[in-house]
Amino acid sequence: MDATLGMAKTTETAGAPLIQSEINHATPVRARDVVVHYGTKQALFGVSIDIPERSVTAFIGPSGCGKSTFLRCINRMNDTIVGCKVTGKIELEGADIYDPSLDVVELRARVGMVFQKPNPFPKSIYDNVAYGPKIHGLAQSKSALDEIVHSSLRKAGLWNEVKDRLNEPGTGLSGGQQQRLCIARAIAVGPEVILMDEPCSALDPIATAIVEELIDELRENYTIVIVTHSMQQAARVSQKTAFFHLGKLIEEGKTEDIFTNPKHKQTQDYITGRIG
Amino acid sequence: MPATLNEHIVTSYEDELIDLNKSISEMGGMVEQAITEGAMALLKLDHVQAQNVRTFDAQIDQMQQRINDSVVSIIARRQPMAADLRMVVTAIQVANDLERTGDMAKQLAKRTLQLENLGLAPKFYNGVKHMKDLVSRQLQAALDAYLTRDSKAAVEVCNHDDEIDAIYNSLFRELLTYMMEDPRNITQCTHLLFCAKSLERVGDHATNIAEAAYYLETGRHLGADEQQRAPR
Repeated sequence: MDATLGMAKTTETAGAPLIQSEINHATPVRARDVVVHYGTKQALFGVSIDIPERSVTAFIGPSGCGKSTFLRCINRMNDTIVGCKVTGKIELEGADIYDPSLDVVELRARVGMVFQKPNPFPKSIYDNVAYGPKIHGLAQSKSALDEIVHSSLRKAGLWNEVKDRLNEPGTGLSGGQQQRLCIARAIAVGPEVILMDEPCSALDPIATAIVEELIDELRENYTIVIVTHSMQQAARVSQKTAFFHLGKLIEEGKTEDIFTNPKHKQTQDYITGRIG
Repeated sequence: MPATLNEHIVTSYEDELIDLNKSISEMGGMVEQAITEGAMALLKLDHVQAQNVRTFDAQIDQMQQRINDSVVSIIARRQPMAADLRMVVTAIQVANDLERTGDMAKQLAKRTLQLENLGLAPKFYNGVKHMKDLVSRQLQAALDAYLTRDSKAAVEVCNHDDEIDAIYNSLFRELLTYMMEDPRNITQCTHLLFCAKSLERVGDHATNIAEAAYYLETGRHLGADEQQRAPR
């Protein structure tokens, strides 16, 4: 599935005029005026942003600034929260993801998610990865399923560590390995976009470095959006950074610009550790 | 970016950045003094003063090392970002330019010790004196621009560098004339020419400091913002 997606995109780029493809980096996710209420409390105030294809976009900002709320809008995770109302428009490859006729389960296969705390199913390592492809009917045979599981574990950089114990429980792995297992699980259903909500905040520096290295490899094939409280992590792994404050998108831009020369004082105050 | 920033949540970090700024200010003062005294020693052929300038240079070098150590420590422990990052990076650059400027003061002192037995006719050194005044002004203005984060003043300094180059060129021709008039002037005038070259380099370092000041304040390189500069 990945291969065909990749090919289709390559052909598209090759057909477009050179200048066009250089300037207009494809943006699979486009959000316009997204407003979120939790009951009567407004959490997001008209957020508009384009997420560029096959690169890492980092959302930063103080706790409660709406970055996770916005991230969760991108695969409609907020639907599960009672009293949460989302207005505005979010498009995935040009299609409105809040269209009532849209299949949310299919959407979440196309837009995968990795959470702060590694949350493998209480099943074997193999089943953790095989679960998604099975319910989505992505494998027609046992050998096809094996192939998906193996390649997903390889892409998640976990294969060499688990290949001899695929039947052991996923929960028996170390925290860093569990997080990579969750990434393998997200990859297994062939997503276009992977959302990561503070994926390293529960990991030690070595496991963090391994996951960051993985994120860097994954961006060759996937569009990644990461929420992080670590400014250094945002600076290290992302190409684009967006700063949120009190439910508003204050500033977005190339990561190197945000961290060397932010345009807004609020951004500057936050990333330099000053009271905003 | 506004010059007035809020204070860091971590006060010890705030204190370290303030200390770093103070160190640059202090080192700048030391170097200004070295250039002034080096030039005075030269113009008066004052042996004692020249020796003082030579030994003073070691203190300037120590100051540079202290600044570099502080910067390395801040980067390692604080991971500075944005304006703070620009400040620590430019602190290294400015300390380096100041250290080189200190070396130029030492050069003036060394030439003084070589010239003291030869004597100097006032007409030989008038141009050098004039040049020294201009260079000191540039250095001071560049340091002020850096310490007060004044990008406009920094551009001014850069725009005045041509004047130093012009004086150097005219001084070169003047000293050449004295040498042609009387070959016995050659030794003194050659020494003076080297001194003028040292001062001209101080001007270049002042320009570098001003460019660092511009980057510190705006986050942009002056070369890329060429329209800010006066037409040549």
